[in-house]
Amino acid sequence: MEKIFARLSWLSATTLLLVLLATLYVLYIQAKPAMDEFGWQFVLDPRWGVDVVVDEAGNAVDGGHEEASGADSGGVVRLDMGDDEDAIPMEDETATGQPELAEGDLDGEAIDEEIPMEDETATGQDELAGEAQTSSIKVVYGGLVPIVGTVLSTLIAMAFAVPLAMGIAVFLSEISVDWLKTPVGVAIELLAAIPSIIYGMWGLFFFGPMVAHIFGGSSVSLLVAGLVLGVMVIPFMAALSRDAINTTPNVLKESAYAVGATRFEVVKDIIFPYARTGILGSIIISLGRALGETMAVAFVIGGVYKLAEHITDPTISIPVALANNFAESSGLSLASLYYLAFILFVVSFVIIFTAKEFLLRRSKY
Amino acid sequence: MQEAQANLRPMMEAVDFSFTYPGASKPSLKRINLPVLENRITALIGPSGCGKSTLLRSMNRIHDLYPGCRYEGAINLRCENGEVKNILEWKKENDLIRLRQKVGMIFQKPTPFPMSIYDNIAYGLKLQGIRNRSELDERVEQALRDGALWNEVKDRLKDDARGLSGGQQQRLCIARSVALRPDVLLFDEPTSALDPISTVAIEEMIMELRGRYTICIVTHNMQQAARISDYTAFMYMGELVEYGETDQIFTNPREKQTEDYITGRFG
Repeated sequence: MEKIFARLSWLSATTLLLVLLATLYVLYIQAKPAMDEFGWQFVLDPRWGVDVVVDEAGNAVDGGHEEASGADSGGVVRLDMGDDEDAIPMEDETATGQPELAEGDLDGEAIDEEIPMEDETATGQDELAGEAQTSSIKVVYGGLVPIVGTVLSTLIAMAFAVPLAMGIAVFLSEISVDWLKTPVGVAIELLAAIPSIIYGMWGLFFFGPMVAHIFGGSSVSLLVAGLVLGVMVIPFMAALSRDAINTTPNVLKESAYAVGATRFEVVKDIIFPYARTGILGSIIISLGRALGETMAVAFVIGGVYKLAEHITDPTISIPVALANNFAESSGLSLASLYYLAFILFVVSFVIIFTAKEFLLRRSKY
Repeated sequence: MQEAQANLRPMMEAVDFSFTYPGASKPSLKRINLPVLENRITALIGPSGCGKSTLLRSMNRIHDLYPGCRYEGAINLRCENGEVKNILEWKKENDLIRLRQKVGMIFQKPTPFPMSIYDNIAYGLKLQGIRNRSELDERVEQALRDGALWNEVKDRLKDDARGLSGGQQQRLCIARSVALRPDVLLFDEPTSALDPISTVAIEEMIMELRGRYTICIVTHNMQQAARISDYTAFMYMGELVEYGETDQIFTNPREKQTEDYITGRFG
């Protein structure tokens, strides 16, 4: 029995490790063509699916290749994931083919002057065309926009969620009267179980317009995405933090009161330091969830391959880029998506690992 | 005994004090009358569940952290200017904080705060409003010397207090309370979680504090009560059975119940 037990635990641990390695391997193999093509510059390149005319040596000759096909869809936001041909209403603003629109104040960055942002779908078509043509035109894929979108939306989400979740957790464990603790606690746990797509719908139809009304800008934007993400992870974080706070022994709190601390001082100086590990753990888990969140963000971030210059501009995040474009991608664009997925994998891993390493290092007691 | 009591004024005194826990139908303490004499050690003994700790915890109103407790009667505390105040009449949080700074408490288990050794001592001082760095240093050192801990920890004041041994932690907790220069120190079975050697250290420390502080100690250990206390109160089933000088209680108890308990016939 003892042996079987030991074997079983070995087996489960090994299986998980193998699955993890296999995932990483598949991502790497699939992303290899894009890695070979773009190298590490991929991470810093804000262009996605842009045709570049190259000379014999492979250097870009021309700044960009005009492409008008994406700029016709008007202001309708569509949500069907399989067909995002026209799902990007903001695209026409950036098309450099219309200099007379004088978008200079928005497109302040030099990148926008040199490199036209193209509609993503143009990519699919162009790529096919590009392959058929002579090698003088090549399509460039860069991951900067989704990467920055992911990081920024996660940061906004955390900045919004952490204080609120801590407030809820402290309320539930310390401030609230007893008869309120259970119902509110259960309600929070139920909120944590709501599927993310529902948060996405709510964000699109109710929360987004509200935020746009208050802060200006469009109703699909980086800010809305961050806030919806935040709302999504708050119940999760609050429930876990409350459990961590509840582990503080009563006698420890009493001894702090016994040296004359107020309730606020007990929470600040005793409970938070004591429950630090659990609270940080809850934040890290929520951070991981926010980094990889797809559906809720896909509804409200806009899906535009464009760096957000203002917080209220639409942009795109890695999971959304994957979900939107995976179905109709092939060849180099598919490899580029895999490259993005690989980066997301590595980024999540690195963030969570460093967070654990740095934040939890001193919590050995 | 009468003569000795006449010279000593009570620092705290419970008068017809009854206490009821939230939701309980009967009071846990019934009409207790107990003086805690100034600069002397008063021990509370009695079997488990007799209400010793409840009484002790009433004396700095720690019960008030949990809503619904009912007090009746009075617990009088003599303030600096000689005025006697009933602490049960204090309602505001500020009053309770001042009370707890006057009436310190040490618990059964060591409760080091999750911070450094230095900050553990300085924490209460900072809450009292002492910000001056050199004064803090001085008070911390003095408190640690009082706690017979200075030589052991002077090189690692910045280390986490939870890295100390159990006995050291308990002495740190006592030093933390002493640093506030309270009028009364309440000990709630301070040695029941410690080994015999640490227990001796704590007892010596309490003896050192005698004469400077008014001390009330709850203990399960009758030998401990006999060793360190000047006065002893025996409680049983929420009532105060007998109070007197320790020698008299242990050698010549007036009540049958007290005698049964200290000779080990029950409890």
